This record gives sequence, structure tokens and C-alpha cells, in this order.
Amino acid sequence: MSVAHTGLVFGRWTRASYRQPALIAFTLIQPAIWLLLFGQLFQGVVRIPGFGDSSYIAFLTPGIVMMTALMTSGWSGTAFIQDMERGVMDRLLASPVSRGGLMAGQLLSNASTTLIQTILVFAIGFAAGARYDGGAGGYLITIVASMLIGTAFGSLSNAVALLTRQQEALIGISQFVSLPLTFMSSIMIDPAVAPHWVNVAARYNPVDWATIAARQSLAASPDWSSVWRHSAYLLAFTLIVGWLSTRAFRTYQRSV
Amino acid sequence: MATHALEAVDLVKTYPAGRKKPPLRALDGLTVSVPEGVVLGLLGPNGAGKSTTVKILTTLSRADSGTARVAGYDVVREQDRVRRAIGYVPQKSSSDPMATGLENLVLSGRIFGLSRQDATGRATELLERFGLAEHGGRAVKTYSGGMQRKLDVALGLVHQPRVLFLDEPTTGLDPEARADLWNEVLRLSGQEGLTVLLTTHYLEEADRLAGQLAIVDHGKIVAEGTPESLKSALRGDSVQVELVDPDTDGSVRVLLRQLPGVGEIVVEGNTLRARVDRGATAVPAVLGVLEDKAIPVVAVTVSRPSLDDVYLQHTGRSFRVAEEAA
Ligand SMILES: Nc1ncnc2c1ncn2[C@@H]1O[C@H](COP(=O)(O)OP(=O)(O)OP(=O)(O)O)[C@@H](O)[C@H]1O
Ligand SMILES: [Mg+2]
Repeated sequence: MSVAHTGLVFGRWTRASYRQPALIAFTLIQPAIWLLLFGQLFQGVVRIPGFGDSSYIAFLTPGIVMMTALMTSGWSGTAFIQDMERGVMDRLLASPVSRGGLMAGQLLSNASTTLIQTILVFAIGFAAGARYDGGAGGYLITIVASMLIGTAFGSLSNAVALLTRQQEALIGISQFVSLPLTFMSSIMIDPAVAPHWVNVAARYNPVDWATIAARQSLAASPDWSSVWRHSAYLLAFTLIVGWLSTRAFRTYQRSV
Repeated sequence: MATHALEAVDLVKTYPAGRKKPPLRALDGLTVSVPEGVVLGLLGPNGAGKSTTVKILTTLSRADSGTARVAGYDVVREQDRVRRAIGYVPQKSSSDPMATGLENLVLSGRIFGLSRQDATGRATELLERFGLAEHGGRAVKTYSGGMQRKLDVALGLVHQPRVLFLDEPTTGLDPEARADLWNEVLRLSGQEGLTVLLTTHYLEEADRLAGQLAIVDHGKIVAEGTPESLKSALRGDSVQVELVDPDTDGSVRVLLRQLPGVGEIVVEGNTLRARVDRGATAVPAVLGVLEDKAIPVVAVTVSRPSLDDVYLQHTGRSFRVAEEAA
């Protein structure tokens, strides 16, 4: 993977996103609404056992961070679809551009959006009363985990784009996948009060790994072994899907 | 041995079956070669396999069988070298609409390894040459279709390729812009020795630009040569009869067909075009029979074989008819 090409591709997508203020506004307003809406909706949950004395908004904030990263990255592949609908993708693939760079540059640009969203969600959570006992390390781990979620699911979205070559199919598939991933996790509900089968499903859910790592690292006395274990799973998952989706360029080239 | 900048032998490409769609053999043993510094025009009806050929030669797609070398390199085994040696202007517009014209060109140059400075210099030069200098700082999505097409061609030239692939480069250009592009292509092939493979739907363009022509139909080359040799290979002349009323029941066609020395006839609206052995003897005979039957005629003209006749001869379709059906 060429670093130079990654940088060039990153620059291209980052410039493009600055030029779409409406899209920026949307990607920032959406997580804010989720946080406040779900915060209100499930406030009563606080009184059920399993939440200790922490406020529900403090519990919810890291979850919404991951949900936002997941939902935003689902759209990642639309950038590829637009390139395929024009001749941009074909021109690039007939040039010496590194395939890894083509993928990584776009994903990095996607991850920088995730970074901004994560900071914003924290800011809103803070304004709504969420406080964390963990230090700066907790915030850092949450930010990295959210960027890994964005990168992993962004690369899956890009791969689906390359394989289906259709906007509708891409959006359909990403919604079909992201809703169950959100609800079969501890994003909104403490595992102690969730049905058993949800807890079983959550064990295999990368979004839950990220949520656990974030929440633990933000706690007063984190279970660091759990933080590192879940972070390692997440990193491995991201690398594997990143590698697989870069291979999807070949499948695309076979179909043109 | 004459050096060939491009050589394809027996290319076969089948697109797999889709839903309610049988597998499709887009290329069926296509063989073509282009000497260095020559412009090859690839002509053929819609779906003939022109773009598929270009995609295989540019390493974008891969043939099921057959071999091809571009700029001396094998398109499968030496992909990277081929990619560095070619410029590719796809049939669809290939610029990034969110970026400016300048950004598009600079990015493309840098992908090919130019420094920021060199890429910017080269981009500025190309914007100038394609009459886009004052628009270089505007987002491409605000360009007209013709301006975008010019930028597409410029994008194919940033890194000074040795072989240029142009897939219908002048579609959507006004006559002036088209003539400009023709001159540019002729200059590049003449002065800089650039080899060009160009697909087109404009016979005039093929006639003007191409030193070599190849007509593709059903995934094969059905005729090849210089425009002149292809025309002179056709015997006889072409007679056009323009009627006042269209020949709806085909009776006029049958009448003409019975005349001695008249070959195949194509009907396009009010006009019948016939291949004849000798124009000078056919015209009086045609006029005579039309007058006998009191069929009103606007004009009868006779001409030497044109590229359109060549096309008709080899694809069984008149060029214009094929165009309208598309
Ligand atoms: N990606 C694809 N998947 C399936 N079939 C394809 C694909 N691309 C082309 N084809 C089919 O292959 C055949 C040749 O297509 P090609 O694009 O090479 O034609 P063309 O000569 O460039 O036509 P046009 O003048 O319309 O551009 C057509 O029948 C087309 O439908
Ligand atoms: Mg085509």
C-alpha cells in the first residue's frame, strides 16, 4: 500500500466533504438528536438494577458514539458508487494507483469525520450531565475505538459498493446490518437487564466490543484486561475486513 | 519488424449470465494491431465490443482468452508497466465533479508520480491547451458537458502517455470543439509520436483522424485498413433516391431491386440508398422506372463509395440507421 497514494486519496475526499456543508451539518446533528432522544426515551431505565448510581446519559454517551460511527460509515460506499457511475473509478483502476491507497485514503477521510462526531457527542453528553471518572486515557480509547468502527464498517460498505455497484442495494444492506448490530449490543441497555440471547449475540458484535472497551476505560476503576481484549478483537476485525474489501476491487474489475 | 504500439490477438470476453439474461459474448476472437504513432479508429454499432476492447487493453478488465501487448508490455503479466505507459479516457465522464478542474489534473499527475510542482505546471498547460484556463478553479460539476469532456481528455494526457485510449471522446462536443480536439490528436500523433486508439460513432471523425480503421461487429473485426483502401475496395457507386413520400409498402425498393446492376438497398425515411455497379448507367434506369410508375421524386444523386457504404457493406447496417436504432 502506497503511503503517498493514501495521502492523495485522503486529500481528495476530505476536500470534497468540506464542500458539502449540508452533509456536514447532517452528520453532526444526527448524533446529537440520537443522544438527546434516546436519553429522554430510556431515562426510566436508570432506576432498574444494573445501572448503579451513574446517570443514564453517562451510560448512553459512549454507546451513541459507536452507533454514530457505525451509521455514518454505512454511507461510505456511496462515494465509490458515484465514482463508478461516472468513469472515475475506471480511470483510476487503469492507472498505477495503489488499491490499498484507494481504500485507505477514503477510509481515513471517513475516520476523520468519525473523530469530529465523537468529540461532538461527548460535548453534548457533557452538557447533558454525563461525567466520567476515568482520565484522558478513557477518552482516547473511546475515540480510537470509534474510528476503528468507522473504518471497519466503512470498508465493508465500500466492498458492498464494489460488489453490487448500486446505491439502493448498498443502502438497503447497510441498514439491514446496522440496526441489529445497534440493538444486539449494550449500546442502550445494560447487559444485566437485557434478554439472554441478546447478550449471546453481543459477544460476536464488533460494535459491542467497541462499546465495552470505551465504557470500561471511562469508568472509575476500569477492568483493563477487558478493555485490551475487546480492543484487540476490534483491531483484528478492522484489519481483516480492510484487507478483504481491498480485494473487492478485483471482483469489480472482473465485472466491468 | 514494424514496431507495434499495440497488439491484441484473439481476444475473447464473455460477461456472465445475470437474472433473466444469458451469458454474453462481447468479444469473439478480436485481433487488432496499431503501429507506433498511428491513430486507429475503431468503428462499430452499439454493443459491438469497442469499449470492452478498450477496457481489456487498458488493464481495467481482463479477457477470458487471447493476449494483448500495449507499449511492448503484456496487459496481464505487466499490468503496472502498461498502466504507466497509457492514458485512458473512458466513455463515461471521468472527472471528480466535487473537485476543480485543476485539482482533478494535479491529483491525476501526482498519482503518476509527478511532484506537486510538476503536476501543477502540467495541469496549467493542459487547461490552457484545452481552452479551460479560466475555468480551472471552478468545481467540475459546474462545467458544461463539453467542458467536462475536454477535461476528460486532458486527464488522459497529464502524465504524457505513449499510448492514448479515447472511448468516444467527442460525444457531446460542438462542431468547433470537436475540430479543436481533432487537431490536438493529430498534433500529438504527428509531432509527439503518440499512438492513439479511438472509438467513435462519427464517420467524419474516423475519416479525418484515423490513419487506420477497424470496423467491429459482434465482437470481431470485420474490416481493417486505411479509410482510402476500405473505400476503394468497394466496387461500384452509391445512388441515393429521395422520394416525396416514404416507401411504406416497400414497392419502390422492389422496383429498383429488379434493375440490372443494382445491389443492396437501404431505406431511411424518404431516402433509398442503393449500391450499383456503375452510377452513370444506373441513374437513367432508376429515373425511367420511377417515371413509368408516376412516383414523385425530389432528387437522385450518385456518389463514389463513402465510409458509410463501407460500414454498410461490413455490418449490414447503414451507419445512420444503426445510430437511430440505438
Ligand atoms: N459490465 C458489463 N456487464 C455485462 N455486459 C456488458 C458489460 N459491458 C458491456 N457489456 C455487453 O457487452 C457488449 C459489448 O459492449 P461494449 O460496451 O463493448 O459495446 P460498444 O461497442 O462500446 O458499444 P457503444 O457504442 O454502445 O458504446 C454489449 O452487448 C454490452 O451489453
Ligand atoms: Mg462503448
